[in-house]
Amino acid sequence: MDLPAPNPAVLGRKAAIVARLRAVLPADAVIDDPAETRAYECDALTAYRCPPLAVVLPRTTEEVAAALKVCHAEGVPVVPRGSGTSLAGGALPTGDAVILGVSRLNAVLETDYPNRFVRVQSGRTNLSVTGAVEADGFFYAPDPSSQLACAIAGNIAMNSGGAHCLKYGVTTNNLLGVRMVLMDGTVVDLGGPWMDAPGLDLLGLVCGSEGQLGVVTEAWLRILPKPEGARPVLMGFDSSEVAGACVADIIKAGVLPVAIEFMDRPCIEATEAFAKAGYPMCEALLIVEVEGSAAEIDEQLGLIKQIAGRHDPVELREAGDEDEAKRIWLGRKSAFGAMGQINDYMCLDGTIPVSSLPHVLRRIGEMSAEFGLDVANVFHAGDGNMHPLILFDANKPGDLERCEAFGAEILKLCVEVGGCLTGEHGVGIEKRDLMSVQFAPDDLEAQMRVKDVFDPKWLLNPAKVFPLAVSAGRRAA
Amino acid sequence: MMTELRPETEQELAEAIRTLTGPVAVRGGGTRAFGGAVTGPVLHTGAMAGIALYEPGALTLVAKAGTPVAEIEAALAAEGQRLAFEVPDWRGLLATEGVSTIGGVVASNASGPRRVQAGACRDALLGVRFVDGTGTVVKNGGRVMKNVTGYDLAKLMAGSHGTLGVLSEVALKVLPAPEAMASLAVAIDDPGAAVAALSAALGSPFDVTGAAWLPGAGALVRIEGFAASVAYRAERLAALLAPHGAVTVERDRDAVAAQWAAVRDVAPFHGRPGDLWRLALKPSDAPGAVARLGGPAVLDWGGGLVWALLPGGEDARARLSGLAGHATLVRAAPETRARIAAVPPEPAPVATLAAGLRQRFDPRGLLNAGLMG
Repeated sequence: MDLPAPNPAVLGRKAAIVARLRAVLPADAVIDDPAETRAYECDALTAYRCPPLAVVLPRTTEEVAAALKVCHAEGVPVVPRGSGTSLAGGALPTGDAVILGVSRLNAVLETDYPNRFVRVQSGRTNLSVTGAVEADGFFYAPDPSSQLACAIAGNIAMNSGGAHCLKYGVTTNNLLGVRMVLMDGTVVDLGGPWMDAPGLDLLGLVCGSEGQLGVVTEAWLRILPKPEGARPVLMGFDSSEVAGACVADIIKAGVLPVAIEFMDRPCIEATEAFAKAGYPMCEALLIVEVEGSAAEIDEQLGLIKQIAGRHDPVELREAGDEDEAKRIWLGRKSAFGAMGQINDYMCLDGTIPVSSLPHVLRRIGEMSAEFGLDVANVFHAGDGNMHPLILFDANKPGDLERCEAFGAEILKLCVEVGGCLTGEHGVGIEKRDLMSVQFAPDDLEAQMRVKDVFDPKWLLNPAKVFPLAVSAGRRAA
Repeated sequence: MMTELRPETEQELAEAIRTLTGPVAVRGGGTRAFGGAVTGPVLHTGAMAGIALYEPGALTLVAKAGTPVAEIEAALAAEGQRLAFEVPDWRGLLATEGVSTIGGVVASNASGPRRVQAGACRDALLGVRFVDGTGTVVKNGGRVMKNVTGYDLAKLMAGSHGTLGVLSEVALKVLPAPEAMASLAVAIDDPGAAVAALSAALGSPFDVTGAAWLPGAGALVRIEGFAASVAYRAERLAALLAPHGAVTVERDRDAVAAQWAAVRDVAPFHGRPGDLWRLALKPSDAPGAVARLGGPAVLDWGGGLVWALLPGGEDARARLSGLAGHATLVRAAPETRARIAAVPPEPAPVATLAAGLRQRFDPRGLLNAGLMG
């Protein structure tokens, strides 16, 4: 994975740039000591690391604007950073870049139940948004696995999803507005606590733009009343194909569960060894969760069990109480941690049409044999968002490269069957060079024209999303 | 005078735009006439029609932009499904004729009462293909439900009224049609009390899919789903809403559908004189806005959407100044439309961004020039 060579002119002016940042920011908001900037050398894609030129940690929108103005004037690239949980390298710096971390912008600014929104600063963590409103019976719906740590800023940058988006949608469907600072320091409000845009939908454009269009400092988020209850059912099948067919039948029957999660045998085995959730040893396992009152849940689960029954499940386990529900979710929620215990792994994120599930799972199995690397599958089956985990040994020379080549083949397969490279993690640097598999040059050109408008000098997170060769002319300009 | 253009394929559309020598008026079915006056011959998209792909088990449908909405709704109904966002029929409101196309719906981001629960048209839009003002074919998004690959130009196209490019194909997320529906009416004459009742319903866990107020009909709350669940929630909501006024419950499916079609299409204003304004604001600000405007009003989206009639030529924005949100002039006499911008003026930095996008996607200013101001 290449990163552009740092701009020597910027490196040479480091002391002057840091001095200018210090002049406009509080003393503790600028970090340039190499020992301290190392903490920002990577995000959750830890295979790639590079210490930044400096780090700024502003506390207000005004401070963000001041820092960006300096960087804009100095021609310094800026990499915005939420909590640094990106799995795609979205917050990976280059040596000539200033990391702009929003972690100190973490306040809840406004809570409005009659109008069902909260306004928060963007560094606030996802789970703590729900935490601020749940005592009053509300929640914020998008729930990425990293929700304990990840920031709303990063959620907006990557348009994060989660396990429950089959019913509630992803970040963009729950985002009402943002306050954002452009690279030149201009502050704009896009959207607000109302439900549509007056002119062009610039808010929809900003969400998922991976920190390349501006730095979001505040967000208006839609909050929803908590359902009366929720209950999962666990179903085991003796093949992935049958589990996939069961998912399609559930959806066709008119039930819209809040979540349909899928795990295959390698994943079940690793998870059992780690979390001991009591899962059945079978080829494929589904966890389906529905919401409502006790009677409504009974009715929906009754229908789901009836459908599952037609696919000869080897196990069908309904949660009788809260404790059993927790046990059903325990394994799924610890799946990534469990895999991490036994191996290094690379987590992919392609989405496919649900109808292609059996074909894609079979092909991944065949490719696993060809590349000689094991794969465990755990994913959101209801919306086709796959998370194949390719297992490798980081200490074994060549294994990472082989793993990346295998991952690229899986993502190409996702595109080939009508899907996409990334469903919720973002492109970052990880999938950047595969963009040309999914998009024609004109498609990428149209997207880059948007960045030209918001960030004409291409200073915001410039080495991401677009293949370096494709964006080279613009970054040099 | 150039003749009208009627491309049958995306390639013909691209060729037509590439060879344009002046502005064109882009038109789907012509049912949503809106915005500033547009000059030039008409570029019809209706000949690019047909459902390209429909997978009920994946809840996805892909159609050419000129496909009639009715054709799509019929195909979905045959599989027990429907469009998530409840397409409004604006013909009665705007005194237009013709057949609404899916491309026109997306281009105007037309979204009905279910906005409060299932989102707007833009939220159901999975992907687009379009031809920009340079005649270049662009695809964005796809046909899968979760997709963060690259920038979301589909959202940018939704609601851009054909000014950045002409849609050739759209991919939509669809939903199962419910087994049953019910509508609760609370006898409330005052918009303030209505919004309070609607907020109580929308803040409850009973999954409300419509929350509106029509003068004479009162505050209306809709629920949909499996029959037993609808019965249960109707009972709980009736109890919840009782303190707000006398509650009646309509359970007949056809009657509920007709009532909400009236909300969706703003039926109370059909054939009524005056200028038609559409306000998007915080629901709790709606009663104050209605009072300031003084004329008849219909509330949808729990109060977050206000349709208001004003005497011809009056500027609603002047009366609403200081209130957060925005007001769009939907229908007025040509001389009023020449004087008052249909789309509200934006703050300078936002207007600069929008102008920059227009300049890049339609550098020659050919597509519905001036329609959005």
